[in-house]
Amino acid sequence: MSSRRDFLKGALAATGAIVGAGATPVQARDTYHRPPEAMGLLYDATLCIGCKACMAACKEANNNPAEFSTVDKLWDTPLDTSGHTYNIIKMYRNGTMDTKDAEINGYAFMKTSCMHCADPSCVSACPVSAMTKDPVNGIVAYDPDKCIGCRYCVVACPFGIPKYQYDDPLGRIGKCELCRHRHKDGRYSACAEVCPTGATLFGRTEDLLAEAKRRLALKPGSVTKFPRGRLRHATEKMLQGKEDGKGRKNRQGWRDEPDQIYEGTIGKYVQHVYGEKEYGGTQVLKLSGVSFEKVGMPNLPPYSSAATSETIQHTLYGGLLMPIAVLGALSWVARRNVKPDDGEEG
Amino acid sequence: MTTHSAPAPVGGPLLNKVTFIAGVLVALMAAILLYRFIFGLGAVTDLNDGYPWGIWIVVDVMIGSALACGGFSVAMLVYIFNRGEYHPLVRPALLASLLGYTLAGAGVIFDLGRWWNVWNMYWPGSVNLNSVMFEVAICITAYIVVMWIEFSPVVLEKFGLKDLKRKLNKYLFFLVALGTLLPMMHQSSLGTLWVVLGQQVHPLWQTPVVPLLFLLTAIIMGYAVVLFESCLASAAYRRGIEMKLLTPLAKVMLGVVAAYVAVRLGDVIVRGVIGRSFQLSLEGLMFWIEMACFVAPFLIIGTENQRRNPARLFVAGILLILGGSFLRLNGFLIGYDTGAGFRYFPALPELLVTLGMFATEVLIYILVTRRFPVLPREGAAH
Ligand code: SF4
Ligand code: SF4
Ligand code: SF4
Repeated sequence: MSSRRDFLKGALAATGAIVGAGATPVQARDTYHRPPEAMGLLYDATLCIGCKACMAACKEANNNPAEFSTVDKLWDTPLDTSGHTYNIIKMYRNGTMDTKDAEINGYAFMKTSCMHCADPSCVSACPVSAMTKDPVNGIVAYDPDKCIGCRYCVVACPFGIPKYQYDDPLGRIGKCELCRHRHKDGRYSACAEVCPTGATLFGRTEDLLAEAKRRLALKPGSVTKFPRGRLRHATEKMLQGKEDGKGRKNRQGWRDEPDQIYEGTIGKYVQHVYGEKEYGGTQVLKLSGVSFEKVGMPNLPPYSSAATSETIQHTLYGGLLMPIAVLGALSWVARRNVKPDDGEEG
Repeated sequence: MTTHSAPAPVGGPLLNKVTFIAGVLVALMAAILLYRFIFGLGAVTDLNDGYPWGIWIVVDVMIGSALACGGFSVAMLVYIFNRGEYHPLVRPALLASLLGYTLAGAGVIFDLGRWWNVWNMYWPGSVNLNSVMFEVAICITAYIVVMWIEFSPVVLEKFGLKDLKRKLNKYLFFLVALGTLLPMMHQSSLGTLWVVLGQQVHPLWQTPVVPLLFLLTAIIMGYAVVLFESCLASAAYRRGIEMKLLTPLAKVMLGVVAAYVAVRLGDVIVRGVIGRSFQLSLEGLMFWIEMACFVAPFLIIGTENQRRNPARLFVAGILLILGGSFLRLNGFLIGYDTGAGFRYFPALPELLVTLGMFATEVLIYILVTRRFPVLPREGAAH
């Protein structure tokens, strides 16, 4: 009988502690948004000609080996991003493939690379802070000297971006870091630097977003000016640099290039800037003529799963309040129930 | 007051058919692991860019550690809910947990692509307090240490170090409390791990209550393993089955199962995704198989009479172990959609390592119970 009463007491004390600790203020965490000076890319699929110059430049800038999917192994032919391929242009095909950027009987291109999320799942997931988001420019960077290779970032990323190098006993995680290693020389993302049409454009995400919205607002078929390379902020003073990107550095630290704006026609866009709101926003933005889901961009909610995950974690473990309260209750109960003979006999 | 018998070594030869086969499997595993550390993960596993986690993580670590919850589940019953009558079950369950967890910890290292950096997990300058995996890793590490200390009286007893043992006993209650809290924390968080995966995990499994689902199933699997192991150990060592303990234990277990089924079904209904389980898909089918494993035990051991039948307890135990395993497998592998074009099926060396891990556990369990005082002394007290 007494054992039953103690049983109830124990149960009550334990639940009491859990409920009591659960009543402490919970800091639900909101989805983060882009920092104001966030850097990123704007990829406009209607301008892309599928030349893959960006893929070659990416390989070179990041010292990555070619990957082959053909028998003759003549040139770099990866089928997807991988531990050694950070950027890839994929093709959408339908029916007769007559018209570019048409969903039916058409074809289209789409760039796949890290989106540099405002609230990145990979950063939230990484147990050792090997994935970090720069508080100023928002670039999501990887540090192989901390990384333990657990691949939680690989599982977590909604875009399937970080990839582990399984072929290497010392394998690393590979993903686009917006060529941050070139920034100190005033050079920006290699893919944007080489893109002949400005389909991939580098710049402040705010500027890129404004440019994307400007394009969406124009009538399909109308003629407009397209920048190429790096999108200058409206107030940025124009220096006259050389085309090889070796010109002087401007005030923002970028090496100057000649003005490369050209005239072209506006495509038939889906009225959506991909990345403006997805998961709280991304720093890489996309425009497309074919619906984003058809070209492999997932349909994501405006809130991040990192926020949900961290809210659960901090509700349960914030300041270790709950665990300490429960530990206290458990110790109190156990102290009464662990009999002196427990040690002697078992 | 004390009616339970003191534990004693089982005795008998260390080399027999079972230990020999287990030994061979362990050696095979060692060879494969050597190869893995020289040539990389890709050389021995089917892991790929779409399935970065395979059975070493999901089976060896997630399922393996849940199966190792016997120690925690039984200790909680005995020391927290003061059900002293289950005391004889504590030591054997603790040993199995100790082995299971230590191996799960080792399994993580085998799977780490950059294992030489693992110290960062414990380095204040590196840790990420937002990371679910960080919390899991710290709690599992701490729990392994706590269990070794909890188990140390057995070793001290064997070598007659009475003084040290007595000192340790003074703090036993705190170890017990810690040994209850830590698994509650990391077993639930093992489920929280998939929250950040967002909609890549099928809505039948992606839920904010997943920590509770994992905690309840870990406790259930803990009891189920005790049933399973008690029946098995009794058969193997030709000892009487402790039915006096197992029958009421099964009832406690069923209570937890009922709570789990209520939470699980309630959650999919409240979130409005139950309909997804009726769609003709592998996920829908797996959901109901998983569910059946938790419901069927009510038919098998629902009445007191049925619970007196060791064969029924054994089967119900296996079903619940399967159910908990399916929950983990479904969320992390089967219901995880990473985009078209990726397939994963464990490669042979991968399977052999997992098999080797279980063989290691069996081998050590046999060796230890034959030489150290773990199992209740046969024939005494009852
Ligand atoms: S370099 Fe520009 S045009 Fe060429 S494939 Fe890349 S994004 Fe498209
Ligand atoms: S796209 Fe993936 S890898 Fe890139 S920042 Fe977002 S979550 Fe991280
Ligand atoms: S694989 Fe490396 S970068 Fe990715 S989550 Fe694990 S430790 Fe972090």
